[in-house]
Amino acid sequence: MVDLSVNLGGLAMRTPVTTASGTFGYGSEYVGALDYAKLGAVTAKGVRMEPWPGNAMPRHSEVFGGLVNAIGLQGPGVEAFVAHYVPHYVDTVGEVVGAANVPPMIVNIWGGSIEEYAAVAARLSEAGAPVAAIEMNVSCPNVKAGGHTFGQDPKVLSEVVKAVRAATKLPLIVKLAPNVPDIAPYAKACEDNGADALALINTIPAMVIDIEKRRPVLANRTGGLSGRCVHPVAVKLVHDAHRAVKLPILGMGGVYEAKDAIELMLAGATAVAVGTATFTAPETAAKVCDGIAAYCERHGFARASDLTGALDA
Amino acid sequence: MAAFDEQCEILVHTEAGPGYRYLVLAAPKLAAVLVPGQFVHVKVPGLEASALRRPFSVFDADDGKVTILYKVVGRGTEALSRTAVGAAVNVLGPLGYGFPVTCKGVPLLVGGGYGVAPLHFLAKRLLAQGVADAPELFLGGRTKDDLLALDRFAALGVVTHLATNDGSVGAKGFVTEPLDDRLIELREQDKPFELFTCGPDGLLKAVADRATGTNRPGWISMDRHMICGVGACFACIQKIKGADGQPFNARCCVNGPVFAAKDIIWE
Repeated sequence: MVDLSVNLGGLAMRTPVTTASGTFGYGSEYVGALDYAKLGAVTAKGVRMEPWPGNAMPRHSEVFGGLVNAIGLQGPGVEAFVAHYVPHYVDTVGEVVGAANVPPMIVNIWGGSIEEYAAVAARLSEAGAPVAAIEMNVSCPNVKAGGHTFGQDPKVLSEVVKAVRAATKLPLIVKLAPNVPDIAPYAKACEDNGADALALINTIPAMVIDIEKRRPVLANRTGGLSGRCVHPVAVKLVHDAHRAVKLPILGMGGVYEAKDAIELMLAGATAVAVGTATFTAPETAAKVCDGIAAYCERHGFARASDLTGALDA
Repeated sequence: MAAFDEQCEILVHTEAGPGYRYLVLAAPKLAAVLVPGQFVHVKVPGLEASALRRPFSVFDADDGKVTILYKVVGRGTEALSRTAVGAAVNVLGPLGYGFPVTCKGVPLLVGGGYGVAPLHFLAKRLLAQGVADAPELFLGGRTKDDLLALDRFAALGVVTHLATNDGSVGAKGFVTEPLDDRLIELREQDKPFELFTCGPDGLLKAVADRATGTNRPGWISMDRHMICGVGACFACIQKIKGADGQPFNARCCVNGPVFAAKDIIWE
């Protein structure tokens, strides 16, 4: 029997598989279509202090091998999130897997200022179970103020990580952008300022044009690319970050099957998130979990955690 | 109820008109729970495995079978149209809030093009449960080729009022013209009615305006591109008035696709 449990910077996960923020709503949307018992955690969609309407329509465009989206972080604000969405998650998921088996929740946060990031983190720290970790989004390509701007300069990144660290004792995961020349200074900025883990990768900035209308397809003009096609980019960045810092890594980007998740783990990820694949095949995360266990058996790994960084060369 | 996926064999796949097709699926679990106005999310065989699902409203759900009426509009429906009888299709459902299957007064069903699909399912269910007033169909399209499923409505005994932009069948112009004539008659007879509609946004707004203008219930089914179909991604939003009166971006897939006319904020 393979021990699938991992520890992601203080977040105990019974399996190394979670869902990627923005692809799994507030946790309960896939009840009935996915075996939640196989999830080590779920990751909720980004929240800030106040409700946020997100971008105009259209918000997405399918491309070959993936998806370009510019949803724009629509959300209810942290108070409504804690008051309504978290209890709904506990009730609906508890009903199908039992209250004791409800996966812990990683909550993705963002803000328009360093103070807002810290305030959201502080509020979530009071929420209690199942809110178990915070994932700071400093890399969303689809909002003008906030998100992206905090992740593009290691000095600014250091400040916002430090502020959130001071505001919460929950495990703190920082989700980084893939579109930087070298990930190392960003990873180090997180490590030096008290982050517990990194999440890699966010979507890759992208654009789609309707040639008949000669207009951008997305109302936001540009968006973020996710899906199968981004997977090798994610593997490379996880590999680079793993070499640069000691922080555990939540790897994500184009995980459609167990093989993709195992690649990320061998590159240095402690846990993996399934994102865009869930839209087409909701059971993907559970199948990935099973596939990781089968791989460990086949290759003689007693623990899934032994896969992390286990490259032969 | 929670969504689940069902592997469905294609039983029938035939032309419903030029560029339109009926897809009949063996789907005992979904057929038992779908209600009119709900939709299903189909993993299209023949597309790459990472391609998104395609949402379709339900034309009929009965006797262990689910029928979809669709138009070939893009590479998803193009690939679907080439899928043969006997092939298996993965279908996620039941999704969204559908139409109320009750009506105080005459049910006026207003469709544009393939927007007729959920109205057929609705007419059938309204008749099956025995509404006091028989449903009437108002159907519009560009030409006679876009007026679909008329034989199916005839089989149900539904009175139909037709309009085409080119006048090839029915009234020449928009379907709102025969609808307005009927609304005047109903007002003269002091008969209540409710409006149920599905089709292009221009028609939906025109019908919603008539519902709010006459202070009668209007049920508007929005057709939107979707990603997840279950409320997880926030790609298919429509601005509506929330319970607190404040505008908010509702998700068509879980808060709709059917909305009350009085709640929709048109932009």
